Amino acid sequence: MLVLTLILVPLAAGLVLLCLKPDLPRKILVSGVTLAVCCGSVALALLPTPLNLGDLPLNQHGINLGMLLVEIAMSLFILYVGVRAKNPLIVVLTLAQAGLMVWFELTAGAHLEVAQNLFVDKFSVIMALINGIVGGGICIYALGYMREYHEVAHRDVADRRPLFFALLFIFMGAMFGLIFANNLVWLFLFWEITTLCSFLLIGYTQTEEAKRNALRALVMNLAGGLAFALAIVWFYRQAGSIELQILIASKQSLALLPAALLCFAGITKSAQLPFSSWLLGAMVAPTPVSALLHSSTMVKAGVYLVLRMAPSVAGTKVGMMVALVGAVTFVVGSLAAITTSEAKRVLAWSTVANLGLIVLCGGIGTYEAVWAGVLLIIFHAVAKCLLFLCVGVIEHKLHSRDIESMAGLIVSMPRVSVMMQIGMAGMFLAPFGMLISKWAVLKAVVDAYPMLSVFIAFGSAATLFFWVKWMGKLLEVVEPHKRIEKELELGESIALHGLSVATFLACLLFPLISTYFIAPYVAEVYFHSAALPDGDIIGRGNTIIMTIMMAMVMLFPITFINYGRGVRVTDAYLGGANLHSSTLFVGSANSVQNVTIGNYYLHNILSEAWLSRWGVVGSAALLLVMFVMACL
Amino acid sequence: MNPWIRLLIYLVAAPIVGGLLAGWDRRISARMQSRQGPPIFQPFYDVLKLMQKENVVVRRSQNYYIFFFLLLAIFTGGLFFGGADLLLVIFALTLAAIFFVLGAYKASSPYSFIGAERELIQMMAYEPMVLLTAIGMYMVTKSFAVNEIASHPTLLVLALPGIFLGFLFTLEIKFRKSPFDLSCSHHAHQELVSGITTEFSGRTLAMIEIAHWYESVFLLGWVYLFFASIPALGIAVSLLVFVLIILVDNVFARLKWQTVLKSAWVVAAVLGFGNILILSLLR
Repeated sequence: MLVLTLILVPLAAGLVLLCLKPDLPRKILVSGVTLAVCCGSVALALLPTPLNLGDLPLNQHGINLGMLLVEIAMSLFILYVGVRAKNPLIVVLTLAQAGLMVWFELTAGAHLEVAQNLFVDKFSVIMALINGIVGGGICIYALGYMREYHEVAHRDVADRRPLFFALLFIFMGAMFGLIFANNLVWLFLFWEITTLCSFLLIGYTQTEEAKRNALRALVMNLAGGLAFALAIVWFYRQAGSIELQILIASKQSLALLPAALLCFAGITKSAQLPFSSWLLGAMVAPTPVSALLHSSTMVKAGVYLVLRMAPSVAGTKVGMMVALVGAVTFVVGSLAAITTSEAKRVLAWSTVANLGLIVLCGGIGTYEAVWAGVLLIIFHAVAKCLLFLCVGVIEHKLHSRDIESMAGLIVSMPRVSVMMQIGMAGMFLAPFGMLISKWAVLKAVVDAYPMLSVFIAFGSAATLFFWVKWMGKLLEVVEPHKRIEKELELGESIALHGLSVATFLACLLFPLISTYFIAPYVAEVYFHSAALPDGDIIGRGNTIIMTIMMAMVMLFPITFINYGRGVRVTDAYLGGANLHSSTLFVGSANSVQNVTIGNYYLHNILSEAWLSRWGVVGSAALLLVMFVMACL
Repeated sequence: MNPWIRLLIYLVAAPIVGGLLAGWDRRISARMQSRQGPPIFQPFYDVLKLMQKENVVVRRSQNYYIFFFLLLAIFTGGLFFGGADLLLVIFALTLAAIFFVLGAYKASSPYSFIGAERELIQMMAYEPMVLLTAIGMYMVTKSFAVNEIASHPTLLVLALPGIFLGFLFTLEIKFRKSPFDLSCSHHAHQELVSGITTEFSGRTLAMIEIAHWYESVFLLGWVYLFFASIPALGIAVSLLVFVLIILVDNVFARLKWQTVLKSAWVVAAVLGFGNILILSLLR
């Protein structure tokens, strides 16, 4: 019952919000539903899995028919969009996949025997927690953010907040559906709902750029959708089943082509090269949308599917190709993030890169790799969401999302600045979250395909560079800054504090998360038992050392107790006589010189356009090889 | 030997050995330049004197970062000599370096800023090779644990010649020696004053020195690992490598950061990856 509630409550709330104009009831409804969803997902986590969902009244033909109708309605809407935008690709893709599904439903629909339409295992629980808590945090944040967005920052944009919040919740509901679905047709429906929602959210501001980027996202995700539909039909014809669990448990020879198609769908949705451009374009939307797409939903749906397919592709050439796509994306994304100073773009590239790592894990498909991949999903969701929401706040206050303008943030917006530091530490720094997973990835890769480790070595060096220079920018104080009053609205404050604590706890409690959620899932899938053969992936001793290190780093703020004691403060050395400041000095011929400092972006050896062009070419070739391998 | 005893010896002996190495460095460099050079113990005298100097800062919090740099530099070597996981050692090393860089950023002075920026580039340059070194060792010994690598019966360098050479290349960067002394240098007459250390003085500068001593010992310890099955050879080669680094320092002029980054990555790709490729093909 709980599972159904989790899916249906956000969907219903979305529909109600669509016709709710005034601010106050919206606030109450959004907060209430968010709270309910958070509690629901936590309650779900406390239940033993796998849940017995057999006795739910879900096997009626009526439900399937209803879903078909929803699907047809969505296809008609997308067709209308495609025709109006004069985009033949959208029309063709929609017709192809809708035609395929309707034909499938009409010819095979009557004989479809599905034992379980929904299922819940540890992996779904983890995804549900992320979706409920992180996604919920974003909805709460959006309350305050969108008011400021329309009333202060962007008066020119038409206020369509009812639609906005409705879409947020429908998105969330669809995501719940996606992670609990076992019936592939259902999974496909929810998949398409997320595609449609993201299209509408990216185009929210209705500027030319937004419309263009929304259409691009739609095209790419429709291509993934078509692959998904093909996978369903193919697998049904081969194996006579449309259940995810059966697909995963099938022999590799039977499941390889559908698995390859589903991996392709996952790669489009998780914005891997060659499809990364839709996620980068999605930044035109208001910040909560970016946060939602990047952390709890959408791209996570993509990697969820790829990780689900991991056992089916493990050790095959197809898996190798998927892993290579991920590896190439990781390196290209990390290098591209160095070249740009726009905060959201850096975050977007870093998302693309990190998802590349997860896809790499999925492609390798060994139990170690899957363990690392799930861990990556968790840490990435929490830390990236925190970072996006912080950048959103900063953008409103500074009216700029340029990293160079964030100097002195530690003085002007201390709280947000510290939260960003926490998020960044969570993203790349030992001993925090992502690094633990990166470590596990490295071990998994070395055991499976040692050659791929070179991608990780170069990619993580690049990651280091762009994060540290950003951290440095936040710390640096060149000129005196005034503290900005009222840094955060109430909703924003709740979400940001919550996420900071969540990042912190996820890092601190990762051994527990591993023991109670990830390890049982991995063991269940790979060894059909409840425990891993060799216990822990990175070893108990190492976990202890990590914890010691973490405790050490967390002591860092305590050293500030004797802040400023026993030191003499002076101006910085400028190579001339300072003019009572750290930025002005007397240079040659008594001229007064001003000092400005800015980060390196390595433009003379790296170019974003070049990187993405060759990244797209390379990864497209890899995908082609993957399909050839799968068909052989 | 019990790892805890090894750890204890490291904690006590490393600064002494490291300081002596620094003294020899200055002495040998001086001889190469036909000078007399300072006494061997000069680095200790320097640090003792720095301890007594006034602590002048630009930003009040900058010194805390350096304290953590020292703490983590010691911790890194401790993990290494305690026999922990090599990857974990690398991560701790990186974390230490990041604290150093953040301290320089915090100081917010143009020279320390450029130093920090260049230090980051250097880190980006050496990081891939360092990781590949650990991976290469794992492929030969089937373990990431330093104590198991050290007790491996064969001479690692025989299986990892490319990686060893690549590692020597990165050592040059890690020791901040010419031609890779971009971020800060002990030599006078240069465009970035004292680079990353420009705004640090007194006790804090002494901490940076001590951290470098610990780091040198740890890095030479890693060189030893390549020859660990014959301990005497290992120690001899480590010392020889140290002399080689000093020689290179005195022979070469400083390179531009573009060249450093590109050359280091090419070395990592050719020597490091090439070695791993051959190993995995032979497997």
